[in-house]
Amino acid sequence: MTIRKNIAVSESGFVFDPDNGDSYTLNETGKLIIDMLAEGKTEKEIKNYFTEHYDVDEGTLENNFNDFIIMLKNFNLTENE
Amino acid sequence: MKEKLKYERPIITKINAGVTDKFGMRPKMPAIKEIDGVPVDTIIEKYGSPTFVISEKTIRDTLKEAKRAFTTRYPKVKFAWSYKTNYLNAVCKIFHDEGSWAEVVSGFEYDKALANGVPGNQIIFNGPDKSKEDLIKAAENGSYIHIDHFDELYDIISISETTTKRPKVAIRVNMDTGIYPQWDRFGFNYENGEAWNALNRIMMSDKLELTGLHTHIGTYMMTPEPYAVAASKLAELAVRLERKFNHKIKYIDMGGGFASKNTLKGAYLPGKDTFPGFDKYAEAVSNALINSELDPNEMPVLFLETGRALIDDAGYITGSVLANKRLANGRRSMIIDTGVNMLFTSFWYEHEIYPAKDVSSHAEDTTIYGPLCMNIDVIRSAVKFPLLQKGDKYVIKRTGAYNMTQWMQFITLRPKIILIDTQGNTHVIRENETNESLTSHEKVPEHLNKPKK
Ligand SMILES: Cc1ncc(COP(=O)(O)O)c(C=O)c1O
Repeated sequence: MTIRKNIAVSESGFVFDPDNGDSYTLNETGKLIIDMLAEGKTEKEIKNYFTEHYDVDEGTLENNFNDFIIMLKNFNLTENE
Repeated sequence: MKEKLKYERPIITKINAGVTDKFGMRPKMPAIKEIDGVPVDTIIEKYGSPTFVISEKTIRDTLKEAKRAFTTRYPKVKFAWSYKTNYLNAVCKIFHDEGSWAEVVSGFEYDKALANGVPGNQIIFNGPDKSKEDLIKAAENGSYIHIDHFDELYDIISISETTTKRPKVAIRVNMDTGIYPQWDRFGFNYENGEAWNALNRIMMSDKLELTGLHTHIGTYMMTPEPYAVAASKLAELAVRLERKFNHKIKYIDMGGGFASKNTLKGAYLPGKDTFPGFDKYAEAVSNALINSELDPNEMPVLFLETGRALIDDAGYITGSVLANKRLANGRRSMIIDTGVNMLFTSFWYEHEIYPAKDVSSHAEDTTIYGPLCMNIDVIRSAVKFPLLQKGDKYVIKRTGAYNMTQWMQFITLRPKIILIDTQGNTHVIRENETNESLTSHEKVPEHLNKPKK
């Protein structure tokens, strides 16, 4: 799972897709996931980081994470693999 | 142990600038500044806020359009105005002036039609609730009685012993037309033979005159195909009657049910894009009748009881914004002076609402509430709406069907209804309620009437 190369993400969590001019906002946890994906972290590494540092159980995280990834795919922000 | 960070589920939200047009600008919501040439400001100044408005021109134009669609395809067509859809006398009289008969479903509506000058022999009497007195009156007036169930059939046979005229009857037929849910609570079923059974009983009684066959397959039917199925089945019954009894019925009544241009809740496309148009319905019905075994030299008259499709577009509500506020979740809410008690159809339509003056292209996700102190009072739950201020005026479109009959007095008094005639003159056709007009129906027992000490 990688984020498309030309997607711009600002410090404040503002996302811009130059292909179609669409923009999005991220909350803090959403931004963290995108940043980690951009750094080339695997899904497993990201989830581990979350359960280690955040007050969340694995089941909830799994659900939310998958839902978030679906949204990214839905908005065409990920690389087709 | 280090305390963990507070978790919030990750979200990504599209910044929805709205659909942009080819210049990269979001299209502005158009304003409705006038109705048939009468400024909305003038209407509200003169008649109050809110005011219901009916366009006589739209009624006449819509009916002409529907008539054209059918009469160009079938030799004998007659419309009967569905009173329950809008029985304001002024509205009914416009339809009657255009040649429509009356279609009524209660003694109250029947008397209203007579009082509107409709001759008894131009009234179609439908519905499951006709009293014996209603039936006798209808029989004596030569009205067309559409029988709904066997109990009613027996009632009519029994009154026919004493009436001076032979009651003119038809039966309402329900059937499978491929739509779901099937409306099977009214009339006699086609598939299980009940309809044929009822027709035989009528034909056996020499006191009744079987004049027609009726169906009303549902309402807001978005596709014409079910009408083709229904028309074929009624034609088939007519042919069987001719074969067995050598009896020709005078008419086939296809009821109402055409969709209007309003958008159903949850629909993906706006109603004005999904309304198939009168031509499509007409094509389906007339093809089915013409291609049936019916004798081409003596085709029955085709009756239509179209309601909402003929009147929805002619009705508007003009009113004012009462307040704006921000909901706890950040969404904007706007309170207007039309509630669901007045706009009954807001329970199933996403009514189009427009500002009455030009607005900028800025719009926000908005929930539009009515003025009632009730949670259900939501006119639009989510709409991109321009930033109107308190006192600004709005117009709600397509409110002509069922609202002015099903509205109810609740918390506030109901407003005036005005008609804009074809010359652009305005007329009050129903006065606003007052405390006096409402309390005139109340009575207070003597012991509660003592003066206060
Ligand atoms: C017997 C009958 N005819 C006509 C109508 C008018 O229907 P619509 O407004 O869907 O055209 C109705 C409405 O319920 C009806 O019951």
